[in-house]
Amino acid sequence: MSDVQVYTPFRGGLPRLGPYARELWARRQFALELARTEIRTENTGTGLGQLWLVLNPLLLAFVYYVLTSILSGKPGGGARLAHIMAGLFVFYFFSSAVVGGAMSILSSSRLILNTAFPKMLLPISVVLVSFMRFLPSLGIYAVVHVVTGQPVRWQMLWGIVPLVLVLVFATGLAMLLATVNLYFRDTKSFLPYTMRVWLYLSPVLWLPEQVRGSLAFLRWANPLFPLLGSWSEAVVEGRAPQAWMLGAGAAWAVVALLVGAWALLSREREFAVRL
Amino acid sequence: MSSLSASEAFLGVPPVEIPAPLSVRVEDLHVTYRASLERRPTVARRLRRLGRGERVVREVHALRGVSFDVLQGQVVGVVGANGAGKSTLMRALAGILPPTQGRIEVHGRVSTLLALGVGFNAKLTGRQNVTLGGLAAGLDREEIARRYAEIADFAELGEDFMDMPMLTYSSGMYARLAFSVAVHMEPDILIVDEALSTGDARFKEKSFARMQELCAQARTIFLVSHGLSTITQLCTEAMWIDKGALVERGDPAKVVSAYRRFLKVGATAVTQEDV
Ligand SMILES: Nc1ncnc2c1ncn2[C@@H]1O[C@H](COP(=O)(O)OP(=O)(O)OP(=O)(O)O)[C@@H](O)[C@H]1O
Ligand SMILES: [Mg+2]
Repeated sequence: MSDVQVYTPFRGGLPRLGPYARELWARRQFALELARTEIRTENTGTGLGQLWLVLNPLLLAFVYYVLTSILSGKPGGGARLAHIMAGLFVFYFFSSAVVGGAMSILSSSRLILNTAFPKMLLPISVVLVSFMRFLPSLGIYAVVHVVTGQPVRWQMLWGIVPLVLVLVFATGLAMLLATVNLYFRDTKSFLPYTMRVWLYLSPVLWLPEQVRGSLAFLRWANPLFPLLGSWSEAVVEGRAPQAWMLGAGAAWAVVALLVGAWALLSREREFAVRL
Repeated sequence: MSSLSASEAFLGVPPVEIPAPLSVRVEDLHVTYRASLERRPTVARRLRRLGRGERVVREVHALRGVSFDVLQGQVVGVVGANGAGKSTLMRALAGILPPTQGRIEVHGRVSTLLALGVGFNAKLTGRQNVTLGGLAAGLDREEIARRYAEIADFAELGEDFMDMPMLTYSSGMYARLAFSVAVHMEPDILIVDEALSTGDARFKEKSFARMQELCAQARTIFLVSHGLSTITQLCTEAMWIDKGALVERGDPAKVVSAYRRFLKVGATAVTQEDV
């Protein structure tokens, strides 16, 4: 017989990374199919169906546009609408990836108790779902970008970098919270509020240049500050993002991924007996 | 193998039967679930309990020192009362539950039919679920596409139903498709946990035939069932598990009759049939 597997007691610590990575890669189609299934089935009952994928963030962007216009006492103009939309769409993706990812392990107890597979697939698949939902909203943004007369330059392609970094950051956080949620089940209840506050602390409803004085700490304390700041600079203003933002964003993303993967990998063999 | 026994016969040594290679070896296996006493283990309650010095986690010692070897090509029936630890043992063999103590050695790929239709999504069609179930079991897309016709034929649902959402299936139809997917994965070791009970008599006969076919190909099968006649008809050996320990193992007829004596029930129609 080709392969022999030996199961011994769980002692904590990481599994052997080589075989784990191979197993994960071998199951990549499963993660993709899980994500596709989720997308395919979620809006089947509603009249507008998949159109909700773009309608939801669009309506939300208008709500926030109206809100900021009222708060600042004057209509914001096209540039602000474009900035809010670009930021909000990415934030929306980030937040649904993290909140969904946090529940991904606990809500798949049936799958976990009856099949052996690398559990890392579950948060990854949820992040993929959120990303697939996010992609069509880029089309909407493109229309708004042109209609409101924002510059179209090749520098906009810089936006790919922060976008990938947000993806990595969200994956790391999803893995971490999925694990933590198994031990402290309040985690999921706190998340919606955390996300709401996080949105207000990030340069979505305001511009990165606007933080001054006592709020300046946000520049280094909030991972989404450099990530969403550089995204907006590239995509909305069409210029190369500031180097410190890309650097800080990359650092946050890598740290989140390492911590999240370590948390999940070191506990995952125990998941089945704790569900 | 044959040349060896031939040469021994030539030398005048009585031909010895060379045992089939080992398939599964279990040594002193203990599995403990750490069931949380709280329905929702939250930080606040955990703190409160800590203050009172109470234990939050109740340990369920589901398996207490089970040891056995199984050779290739065996069909092993597993009997035991509800809560005896049969499903727990099967999950440990499949690598889903880590041993708390002891060691499991498995030669080959395990396909599990622990619960029906794991990984299935009732909103998807039968055809899509075959893909999803196959991917969950670790096959890749091409392999599934190659086996699709065979799987659909075996389930005998008719082409129309394969393209209907599984919500529209009866539970027996659901079980047929799930069973069909599992037995077409070409596993080296197949684990079936009370999955035959929903099929009608004809399908049950077909599943028997298919399992015998798999055994002929030197696959190993574990079959958990409360239908005692299934065990005596299909299995080459049986084990009886009670309160997490292996009570008896050997010839299916003997083990089943010992188990029946223990239950103080005769071979009535009720115990013979899968109800
Ligand atoms: N997820 C779980 N968490 C905590 N305890 C569990 C869990 N699953 C099973 N147990 C406990 O483990 C013991 C063995 O359960 P198991 O499911 O292995 O029994 P079984 O022999 O399959 O029973 P049945 O014939 O009813 O299927 C039982 O005491 C049960 O309460
Ligand atoms: Mg059971």
